[in-house]
Amino acid sequence: MFAHGAMDFFYFIIFHGFAFTVVAGLLSTWVDRKVSARIQWRVGPPWYQPFADVIKLMGKESIIPEGANRVSFLIAPFLGFTAVILVSTIVWMANIFPGASFVGDLIVVIYLLYLPAIALIVAGSASRNPFGALGASREMNLMLAYEAALLFAVFTVVVKNGGIISLGGILGYQAVHGAMLLQGASCIIAFVVTLLCMPAKLGIVPFDIAEAETELIAGPYTEYSGVTLAIFKLTKAMLLFTLPIFMLTLFAKTVWTPWTILWYALILVFIILVKNVNPRFRIDQALRLFWLPVLGLSLLGIILAAVGL
Amino acid sequence: MGNNNHRLSGIKKWGFKKSPWVFHLSTGSCNNCDIEILDAVTPRFDLERFGILLVGTPRHADILLVTGVVTVQALPRLLHVYEQAAKPCMVVAIGACACSCGIFDGGYHVVGPVDKIIPVDVYIPGCPPKPEAIISGVVKALAKL
Ligand code: SF4
Repeated sequence: MFAHGAMDFFYFIIFHGFAFTVVAGLLSTWVDRKVSARIQWRVGPPWYQPFADVIKLMGKESIIPEGANRVSFLIAPFLGFTAVILVSTIVWMANIFPGASFVGDLIVVIYLLYLPAIALIVAGSASRNPFGALGASREMNLMLAYEAALLFAVFTVVVKNGGIISLGGILGYQAVHGAMLLQGASCIIAFVVTLLCMPAKLGIVPFDIAEAETELIAGPYTEYSGVTLAIFKLTKAMLLFTLPIFMLTLFAKTVWTPWTILWYALILVFIILVKNVNPRFRIDQALRLFWLPVLGLSLLGIILAAVGL
Repeated sequence: MGNNNHRLSGIKKWGFKKSPWVFHLSTGSCNNCDIEILDAVTPRFDLERFGILLVGTPRHADILLVTGVVTVQALPRLLHVYEQAAKPCMVVAIGACACSCGIFDGGYHVVGPVDKIIPVDVYIPGCPPKPEAIISGVVKALAKL
């Protein structure tokens, strides 16, 4: 990973992992809000709206509620934030210098992607707020629901390409054999499963069960204000960009063609459409959905991949 | 009570003006003003154009929209919510009740109006005020920054 020197690595963290991803993520958030507004027959916010939100939150007071666990309350937002920065750094490095990616970074990315959800659980439990605690428990349930299916879908790719577990390696394989998505039925199934899991991972409707603003006020975010809330917003925005790019890296060759921007836009619009035409699932409905049809589908995918389809 | 002093400058001021999140608090209104607030955030008026969002918790709020005479029961809640809000936070009194107790003035249960309890930045008269009046009031509140 340090083939290009430690300086380069930090350059990547700061420039690609952080700055670029923040800007792209906030713009994606704007696309989300604008398209939702157009679907509801409204004009919608101007393009700088998410930036204004974050800047405003940065300038506000950050309150630590009385009786909350100060350390976990303050660490939680930064936990998710650092994890997303690292994920996007690794994904960008693999895309720009496939040689710089190390064996097993796929697994590192999967583990790091747990952290934003865990940060929410910590935040909700630490804030000494009943809504926060309920949101945390729901987030935990949701995580148990979708993670298994998502994991099997990612490993379908690994089985299919013969056991390559580095992102650079997967990109190299796709450069020779064509996009993973075109390798057979198993990969198409795996891609569909990741598309189904993505709204749950990103915490947006129909799976915004943890922060359901009509029932739980804001769930784990309820007690957060000012800078800490801004960090959470940034984490969400960056994840909205990083997660689809990670999936595209796995399934659709590489990030650096105009096609990829189109692919990313398609995935984003798909997520937004699903968000706007569906009501929120109850937590038990979400569990049933992910544990029966979706997990079944992803198991089918991995079995098909094992027999070579 | 005296007026709030929210003096912001530069980029902070820009952010605050472009993204005011409102929190709606009823302190014993007849519910009519509250319906008008909800009207104002419907797609017909589309307040998201100006970055205005209705939030569910005072911790996220930049503007408190207070309706109703403050009743004896609502008094501790109003104080509690005002203290919970992250500062700087402006207060807009909506409706004749919140501004001056309106038709409930002198009632046995009335402690208000709102500006006796917490500092108010903008008063919006009307019983109830129209959504347009509420929007214009919020804009005036932002102009005071
Ligand atoms: S001002 Fe009028 S409409 Fe509003 S709460 Fe008071 S009585 Fe009701």
